[in-house]
Amino acid sequence: MSTFATDLTIDELKAEADRLFNRKRLTNFGLPALVFVYLVYVFFAFDVSGMAQRANWENGKTLIADSYSYKTHVSRDNRTGEVSTAIEGERKGRYPDGEAPDWVSLGETTVIDLEDGHIVRFGPKIIEYEIPGFGIVRATPIRSAGVQAELPAGEVPDWINVSKNRMAITTDAGRLTVTRNRSEVFRYFNGWELFWFTLDSPYYGKPFPELAGLAARGEAGAILNDFWTNKMWRHQDVAWAIFETILMAFLGTLGAGMIALPLAFLATRNFNPLKSVRFLTRRVFDFVRGVDALIWTVVLARAFGPGPLTGALAILVTDTGTFGKIFSEALENVDEKQIEGVQSTGANAPQRYRYGVIPQVTPVLLSQLLYFLESNTRSATVIGAITGGGIGLLLTQAIITQKDWEEVAYYIVLIILMVMLMDWFSGWLRRRLIQGETGKIRKARDTKAKSFFLP
Amino acid sequence: MTDLTTGSPSVDQIRTDYTEMTRRKRVYGGILLIVFVAMMAAGFRTADSRNAGSFTDGWRRIFDYPAEVLSEAWEKIGALPANLVEFFPALLETLNIAAASTLIGTILGTFLALMSTRGMALWPTLIPLFRRISDVFRAVPEIVIALVLIFVLGGGPVPAMIAIAIHTAGALGKLFSEVNENASLKPVEGLHSVGANWSQRMYLGVIPQVGPNYVSYALLRFEINIRASAILGFVGAGGLGYELRNAMSWGQGRYDEAAAIFLLLFVTIVVVDQMSGLLRERLTHGSEKGALA
Repeated sequence: MSTFATDLTIDELKAEADRLFNRKRLTNFGLPALVFVYLVYVFFAFDVSGMAQRANWENGKTLIADSYSYKTHVSRDNRTGEVSTAIEGERKGRYPDGEAPDWVSLGETTVIDLEDGHIVRFGPKIIEYEIPGFGIVRATPIRSAGVQAELPAGEVPDWINVSKNRMAITTDAGRLTVTRNRSEVFRYFNGWELFWFTLDSPYYGKPFPELAGLAARGEAGAILNDFWTNKMWRHQDVAWAIFETILMAFLGTLGAGMIALPLAFLATRNFNPLKSVRFLTRRVFDFVRGVDALIWTVVLARAFGPGPLTGALAILVTDTGTFGKIFSEALENVDEKQIEGVQSTGANAPQRYRYGVIPQVTPVLLSQLLYFLESNTRSATVIGAITGGGIGLLLTQAIITQKDWEEVAYYIVLIILMVMLMDWFSGWLRRRLIQGETGKIRKARDTKAKSFFLP
Repeated sequence: MTDLTTGSPSVDQIRTDYTEMTRRKRVYGGILLIVFVAMMAAGFRTADSRNAGSFTDGWRRIFDYPAEVLSEAWEKIGALPANLVEFFPALLETLNIAAASTLIGTILGTFLALMSTRGMALWPTLIPLFRRISDVFRAVPEIVIALVLIFVLGGGPVPAMIAIAIHTAGALGKLFSEVNENASLKPVEGLHSVGANWSQRMYLGVIPQVGPNYVSYALLRFEINIRASAILGFVGAGGLGYELRNAMSWGQGRYDEAAAIFLLLFVTIVVVDQMSGLLRERLTHGSEKGALA
């Protein structure tokens, strides 16, 4: 209270208070206004309105629908009359000849039940679609004359599309397309098709209790094998990809830590009296960190080709710089007294480092290493997408095909789970490893707060 | 009472116990070290065998590509200023992506943090929900969202901006809520008692306390986001990364452009690192001084 200048008059004090209030008011409104102006600038710089027009919302709709549902194609070759059923229309998901799901009854006239009264019949000559509340649509594909469609009387609704050579009907129950050569029905189902077993596996479609029973009777190996080698979802490849991604993060982070620790001693004032070496080491750290992981990835991919090793090395090189900086800061904050204490018992230089220095910096080192292990799992996904390794590669491949969105959704879920698992694991390990040395928890936190280097 | 002397071990006993303990510790340490080294070696061998090229062949060629690029760039050194000018707009775009996503991420992260801190949340029952949201946001790598959005929205800076902003919101949401937990709730209660609504309580009671720390974290995030936006450009989201990929896919003959882009990116990262380092230093020290006075 005594810090106020007492020689000010009330008017002067009031004027000062007013100035203060005005300034505060200005910042209170000025700062948000500035942010707003910048965002408006970005809106125009990024041409958001133009992009909104170019954006393909149809793509977005298929993406979302496809990520949780799948369709089964029932198609008839109109020349030979052959009917085949395939999930997603893929060869991998095709039913064996003469077999079909129970809502398709094969025969001279194939009847496809789309539920809610929607029934499609593939006759020998005529294709029929019975739509409740509308009537029966008939189409006759003739090779020479195209498709002749017969609709119930009245106006043609917009979900039916008829032309000379093609008829397409889209309802809530499914979709029918008839062309001269081919009639095809799509029926949509929720879920991820064939996730556990493909159709060629004897275990396809069996309920879980039955599978458990079979497994108990000694078929567990075969069941696991069929699951593991599922051609549609490639569980084996996905597991390898996730392992590769974690491997990249593990090798990169720990390798960087191992290289950076000895170098960090060279960059500290208290352990290295040579100013030129210190300066040089610090610039090397800055350089390695400044040349971004992206550029290292590009350069290393040229030398090593695509794969997890390239990713691991890219992480290793970039993080050597980061760790060098953090570790040298931690080493500069080391307490001299402990080293002197160790020295007073007659310890030589390596022993002084081992027992005087290392125990002091271990908590900082470990907690940083573990933080980066988690963040590098994410980086490894990204680097994998660029350099071609791990789950990042699978994700980009699945996105490039532009139709396997259920796989994309699956990979995204796996990536998120993987990162969260690593986050949990590194947190758990950090608590386990650092809690043992009770006195040092606070110290580790202090240094952390100072360097602010959390990823 | 008589047990006291028999209960306390002799010096010899203490010594044997102590040597026993150190030996055990050493054995554990040794085993851990061996396991660790074995894991590193096995991991390295696995990575090496699953890579297209092996380490033993490749390490001699590490500097081939940079040397190639640099020698060609050196031959065409006269074109460097023109190239730098040509790619400056791309740099600006990369910076804009980083800045806009940091801003949006900070705003969203502040909201998430306030919503997930006890005593500040608007709906205290939803605290776990908001925590999980920021966990998930934090766990999503930027590239995942960017690639999906590029498919829907087309290439350009906006997908990158949204992707980075979401990750930033999650990361900052967690850091901010840690900061919030150390903030005093007394100003909030005071404001509450005079009838301030939730936004007034937060804006006048919490933000001034945590502001410097928030800005400091946001600046750090800006550094990280510049790198991220460069990387996302590489998969088609505009900016320097996109130009870099184009220049590189041309191969020889356009290496002068690649070198110019490398240079721009490097200088930008170093300059922003240094500037934000200085600013953060001032912010944290400034707040310490403020707390002491």
